[in-house]
Amino acid sequence: MCLGIPGQIVAITDVARQMAMADVSGVRREVNVACIVEGDIDALVGEWALIHVGFAMSRIDEAEAAATLEALRDLGEAQETLQAMREGQQALQSGSSTPVAGGAGA
Amino acid sequence: MSLRSDRVTMAHGGGGKAMQDLIQEIFTSVFAPPGMEDQARLFDVALLEPGARLAFTTDSFVVTPMEFPGGDIGKIAVCGTVNDLAVGGARPLWLSAAFIIEEGTEFALLRRIVASMAREAEAAGVRIVTGDTKVVERGAADGVFVTTSGIGVIPPGREMAAHQLQVGDLLLVNGALGDHGATILAARGDMALSTALQSDCQSLGHLMAAVLNAAPATRAARDATRGGVASVLNEMAQAAKVGIVIDETALPLRSEVKGMCEILGLDPLYLANEGTLVLGVPADQAEAALAAMRSRPEGLAAVRIGRVVGEHPGQVRMTTLFGGSRIVDMLVGEQLPRIC
Amino acid sequence: MKYISEFRDPIAAKALLAAIAQVTETLAATAAKPLQIMEICGGHTHAIFRYGLNKLVPDGIEFIHGPGCPVCVLPMSRVDECVEIAERPEVIMTTFGDAMRVPGYRKSLLQAKAEGADIRMVYSPLDALELARRHPDREVVFFGLGFETTTPSTALSIQQAAREGLRNFSVFCNHITVPEPIKALLDDPYMQLDGFIAPGHVSMVIGTHPYDFIARDYRKPIVVAGFEPLDLLQALLMVLQQLAEGRTEVENQYGRVVPEHGNPVSLAAIEDVYERRKQFEWRGLGQIDASGLKIRAKYAAFDAEEKFQIGYAAGPRHVVEPEGCACGAVMTGRIKPTACPQFGKGCTPEMPLGALMVSSEGACAAYWQYGGARGEAA
Repeated sequence: MCLGIPGQIVAITDVARQMAMADVSGVRREVNVACIVEGDIDALVGEWALIHVGFAMSRIDEAEAAATLEALRDLGEAQETLQAMREGQQALQSGSSTPVAGGAGA
Repeated sequence: MSLRSDRVTMAHGGGGKAMQDLIQEIFTSVFAPPGMEDQARLFDVALLEPGARLAFTTDSFVVTPMEFPGGDIGKIAVCGTVNDLAVGGARPLWLSAAFIIEEGTEFALLRRIVASMAREAEAAGVRIVTGDTKVVERGAADGVFVTTSGIGVIPPGREMAAHQLQVGDLLLVNGALGDHGATILAARGDMALSTALQSDCQSLGHLMAAVLNAAPATRAARDATRGGVASVLNEMAQAAKVGIVIDETALPLRSEVKGMCEILGLDPLYLANEGTLVLGVPADQAEAALAAMRSRPEGLAAVRIGRVVGEHPGQVRMTTLFGGSRIVDMLVGEQLPRIC
Repeated sequence: MKYISEFRDPIAAKALLAAIAQVTETLAATAAKPLQIMEICGGHTHAIFRYGLNKLVPDGIEFIHGPGCPVCVLPMSRVDECVEIAERPEVIMTTFGDAMRVPGYRKSLLQAKAEGADIRMVYSPLDALELARRHPDREVVFFGLGFETTTPSTALSIQQAAREGLRNFSVFCNHITVPEPIKALLDDPYMQLDGFIAPGHVSMVIGTHPYDFIARDYRKPIVVAGFEPLDLLQALLMVLQQLAEGRTEVENQYGRVVPEHGNPVSLAAIEDVYERRKQFEWRGLGQIDASGLKIRAKYAAFDAEEKFQIGYAAGPRHVVEPEGCACGAVMTGRIKPTACPQFGKGCTPEMPLGALMVSSEGACAAYWQYGGARGEAA
C-alpha cells in the first residue's frame, strides 16, 4: 500500500497530541508525528518524513536517499562505459575505419 | 436603504414590495441595465454586417464554497459565459443573470457576489442587461445558484469548430492547469489542506481576440472547465476523428497543484479550470498564437502541450516522462481522492 | 519536489532498463517463456502502468499483479454491512475515497450517499476524530481498511479517542495483513512465480523480516521497493540479479524510508489495539487464517461491530459473487484483466461488477485508465 508522500515538518502545533505542520510542495496539513518522535519533539522541525493519511510514519533518511541515487548514478556510468565498449567492439568487428574507443581494452 | 433584515427571507421572493426592494438594492442599482422592462432591447452595429452571426450560450453555476481564493460564484458566472462565447470566435456583448437564492442567505454575501460580477463584466467588456430572482426555502438550494446566458457576435467568415482539427495541428494552452480544482478542494476544508493557491478564474475574451488577430486560421478553441483539460481534448479528438498526443513534460503545473495531486492521488489533467483555454492551431501559426497570448496577463505562461496525429483517431494519448505512452481517457464519474 | 523528482529521472531510467535487459538476456527469458515477477501491492501496479514500465521492460519480464489492493479483496458483504451502519440516521460514516464506488451486493457507499445516508470522505482517521468531537450528538464511524500501512493510523486514532474518553467514535475494522495471502499464493500449486517486489509502505511499518519465510522456505527472491519509477526499476533489477546469481534473499531497495525492523511506535499501537481474527474472508481468495484484524475487547467501545451488533459480531454472512465475475482470478494473477470476459462489457468503471474496476489500485482500473476500454496497456 501506497500513496505516502515525502513532506517536511515546518512547525510543532500541539505537543500533547503530538501534532505538527507538514509541507508538501507548498501544501500544508497538520499531521500526527507519534511514529517519528525520538525524545525532543521540537527536533523534528526541518526533518523530512513519509506522510500517509495524516500521519508522519517514517523519517526519510537523507544518507540512504543519497546512497540510492549514488548507486543509480554509478549504474548510469557503468552502462555508458559498457555501451562505449560495445560500440567499440562492433566497430572492430565490422572493420570500419571509425577509431576504436581506447583505454578499457575493447 | 429599504431592506430591513440582513438575510433573505421568503418574503423577498414573493413578488411584492420586499422583492422589488431586493432587486433594486442588490441587483439593478449595481448592474444598471438599460431600461427596466421585462426584456432587454439591444442593438449592436456589428450585427448588421452581412455574414455576421449571433452566438448564444447559457450556463448554470453551483459551487461550494461560494467564495474561494481567486474568486466567487459571481465571478465564475460571468467568466464562464463570456468564455463560452469567446471560444466560438464571438465578441461577447450581453449577459443575463438569474439567481436562485436560499432563504437565510446573508445580504452581505449577495452584495459581494454582485459586486464581483459587475467588476468582471466591466473587465470583460460586457453588460449585464437582464435577470431574474427567486427565493426558495431553506435546504432547497445550496446558498446561491446563478445562471447566466450570453449573446455575442461572430464576424463574417469566422468558422471555428472542433471538427476542423487536422493532422499536424498543434495544441496550446494559456497557462497552468488545474488551479481552480485544486483551490476548491483545499477551500472545502474536508481534507484540512491549506495552500496559497488561487483559482485561475478569469475572462478570456480579450485573450481570444488577440489570438485570433495573430493566428486567424485557429481551428478551434475550448474552455476547459469540469473534467479538466483531458475531457476537452477527448471531445476535440472525437469531434474531428483525429488522434491527439500530448507531452507530459510540457504540461504547465504549479508545484502546489502537483503537491495536492500527489497527496490525494489525483491526476491534474482532470482537475477543473475556470480560465484555461485549449486551442487547436495550424502549425505555421502556433508561434504567432503563443506570442499573442504571452503578451497578455491571461496568457503569460502559454505553452504548446501537444499535436494532432492521424493514428488512434478519437483517442488522446500522453507521452510520459519516460518516453512511454499511456492513454488519457474521458473522466468516469467524479475524480475521488484516494489513499492507495 | 524533493525525494520525488530525483527518483523520476528518465536518464537514470534508461540505464536501469539497459541493465535489466542485459540480465534478462543472461537468464534466457523470452516472451514465450517469461520470468514472472509479482508486484504484491496495488500501488505498485498503479505506478507501473502510470509510467508505462510494463511496456518498457523487456518481453522476457512479465508483471503478475498481486492481491495487494485492500479495497479489491473486501468481500461484498462487508460493504453491505458498512452501508447498513451508514444508513442509521444517527451515524456519520467516514471513509477514504477509494471505498466509495465499490459495489456491495445491495449498493455502494456512493449510491447510499445519493439516497441520503450521511457519508463523508476523509483524508485521515484524525479527521473522523475531529468530527466526533464537533458532533457529540452523532455517532461517527470510520471505515478502517487497508494493509499494515494504514493499520497503525487507525490504531493510534483509537488510542487517542480512548484517552479523550470519546463516546461517539468507532471503527468498522477491515484491516488485513500482507504476509498471509502471499503464503496462500505460494502454497497454490497453480502459481509459478519467480520473484517478488514487496510493498514499500507496508514494510515501512512491519520492516523486512516478515518476508524472510519467502526467501528461506519458498526459495524466492524478494525486494522491498519504493513507489517512484526508479525505485521499481531498481528493485526489479535487484530481483533479476538474485535470480542470475542463484541467491534467494530479502533485500531492501527503499532504505530511505523502510527501516529493517519497522516502526516501533506503529507496531506497539497495532499490538495494543488489535488481535488476529481466526479467519477472514478475502474476496477472490476465500478464507485465509489469521489475516484479518479485529479490535481487542479492551477497546470494544470503539468497535463498530460490537456497537451496532453487525458483521462478525452478529455472525458472518457470505454473499455470492455476481455471475461471470472473475475478480478472484485477476487478483491472484492467474489471468490479466483483459482476459476477464466482463472487462469492458458487463464491467466498466461506470457500472462495475467488482472492486478491481473502481479501486484506484485495482489491476482492471489500471488497465482501463492507462490502456483504454480495450486495455491496451498489455
